[in-house]
Amino acid sequence: MTDASRLISGETVAATTNETSQLARRLKEALTNPGLVAAIPIGLLFVFGFLGPLALVLAFSVMPASSFSLAQAPTFENYAAIFSNSYYISFGISLFLAAATVAILLLVCYPLAVALVRVFGKKGALLTLLITAPLFVADNLRLTGWMLFFVKGGVLSGTLAYFGVEMDSILYTMGATLFGLVYIYLPFMLFPMVLGVSMVPPQVREAAFDLGATRFQILKEIDIPLAMPGILMGALMCFILTAGAITEAKVMGGTAVVTIAQDIQKEFTFAQNWPRGSALSVVMILLAGGLSLALLKRIDLDTIFGRK
Amino acid sequence: MNDFSRTARYLYGSLVALLLLFMYLPMLTIALASLSRSKYFRFPIPAWSTNWYSEVFQSLSIRDFFWTSLIIAVLVALVSTVLAFFGALAFARYRWKGRKLYQKLLLLPILFPQAVLGLALLLWFTALGIETSWRSAVFAHVVWIAPITTLVIAIPVYGFDPSVEEAAYDLGATRWQVMREVTLPLLAPGILSGFVSAFLLSWANFPLSMFSTGADQTIPEWISAKVQSGYTPQVPAVGTLMMAGAGLILAAGYTAAAFQSHRRRRLVAEGH
Repeated sequence: MTDASRLISGETVAATTNETSQLARRLKEALTNPGLVAAIPIGLLFVFGFLGPLALVLAFSVMPASSFSLAQAPTFENYAAIFSNSYYISFGISLFLAAATVAILLLVCYPLAVALVRVFGKKGALLTLLITAPLFVADNLRLTGWMLFFVKGGVLSGTLAYFGVEMDSILYTMGATLFGLVYIYLPFMLFPMVLGVSMVPPQVREAAFDLGATRFQILKEIDIPLAMPGILMGALMCFILTAGAITEAKVMGGTAVVTIAQDIQKEFTFAQNWPRGSALSVVMILLAGGLSLALLKRIDLDTIFGRK
Repeated sequence: MNDFSRTARYLYGSLVALLLLFMYLPMLTIALASLSRSKYFRFPIPAWSTNWYSEVFQSLSIRDFFWTSLIIAVLVALVSTVLAFFGALAFARYRWKGRKLYQKLLLLPILFPQAVLGLALLLWFTALGIETSWRSAVFAHVVWIAPITTLVIAIPVYGFDPSVEEAAYDLGATRWQVMREVTLPLLAPGILSGFVSAFLLSWANFPLSMFSTGADQTIPEWISAKVQSGYTPQVPAVGTLMMAGAGLILAAGYTAAAFQSHRRRRLVAEGH
């Protein structure tokens, strides 16, 4: 009996030591794994600066309206309020603007990316830098520049008046907002697209050409499929960022265009209704997160960024 | 390269020229507007003046906003570059189990509307009892900028030859020595471009600053407030100065990186 129990307890002890040593070994393995260790600092930033705030938004979205604490019974009234109010208008506007911006940018940026990669060669890198450099100037300042360009008596109407053409300001319309979005997000589409187009090996195109493929066939069968990771990256980034845009609508659209991000801002600031603002944000988070994860699953980031 | 005819090359060339004009037209308009004497912008400009610049230089509040923007940008660039250096090694250099997932998660803050992120962070700071000021703005900027800096540094890391590090280990170098003598110098150009882009992105940021600076104000916030509450040519004057500053920093960074890679090539050619 004692032997048996000793045996049992001995075995358990052995098993526990085995388990702890295994755990210790795993921990040691993890801590000596340079990749994991190097990822820790930015990983902590991701948890405390991104996941944490978004989780808090999620928690606030199920609190009673206009409350400022989380210590209450959860409710879905905010979501019900969103769907029974007219928020679908600003959601619709934002999604329409995002889709239109992406469509325009795809058409404009593809030939530009081809020009930068295949026609300009070495000079293309400097040109790409010149085109992306405006990213380092505040969005609202550049949009103010366009405002002064389009405003009545501004650069455009002043120039036209010189030639005897009278023109009303096109500012504060949906079209002006779309123009502002296309302008601001062009580098975000162009840069991944340049990476994508430079992923197409010239030999493959030459081979197809030698085998008698037409230019259109090469474009359809080789150029676009092989550049797809870059194209998808650009389209994804532009769609999400324009769907959450706020400054472009304010400066170029005035009061004529109200986007969903403006509604969210209003709930958090003037209306002081955090739960409703949070519920609206959750819809935005689901849209951005869902699209990103779905598309990123199909993209191998090493092939986009890792090309020499 | 040869499958482009002369006409096609001209066509593509003019397309890129048009694009450059399109990208810089609003900035030229800003520079033009800063030199107009009258308070309201009219084109063609009837009378010129540099008065608005002297007003800007005399304004104590604009000086305050300038320093706030500068402190935030410097701190953001420093913190982001340190985080991004290690982040980029994990992204591109080491092969480890969770790497593919890590790469995707890292992109999520970039693929997220900044204004909504700014509001979420405002809620986060308030819930944690942190009073928003330029300090919280530094944190908010880093959340968005450090992943971008990581990508900027990761691209040259892909081209980094790990056998150089291994050779140093074989010659008896310690981990710290390898980092200081091999890894850091080889990646210096990438780290520099990461630092410069982090600084400039923070310097130009408006949507995150709007919700995270509290009572403090940055230059882009001031521009936005002025444009909405009452335009004065001080706005384009400040804007022109900001653009000139960003241009100078970019040019200096580009020259430094070009010089560095030129020197490295010469050293390699000479067989050092």
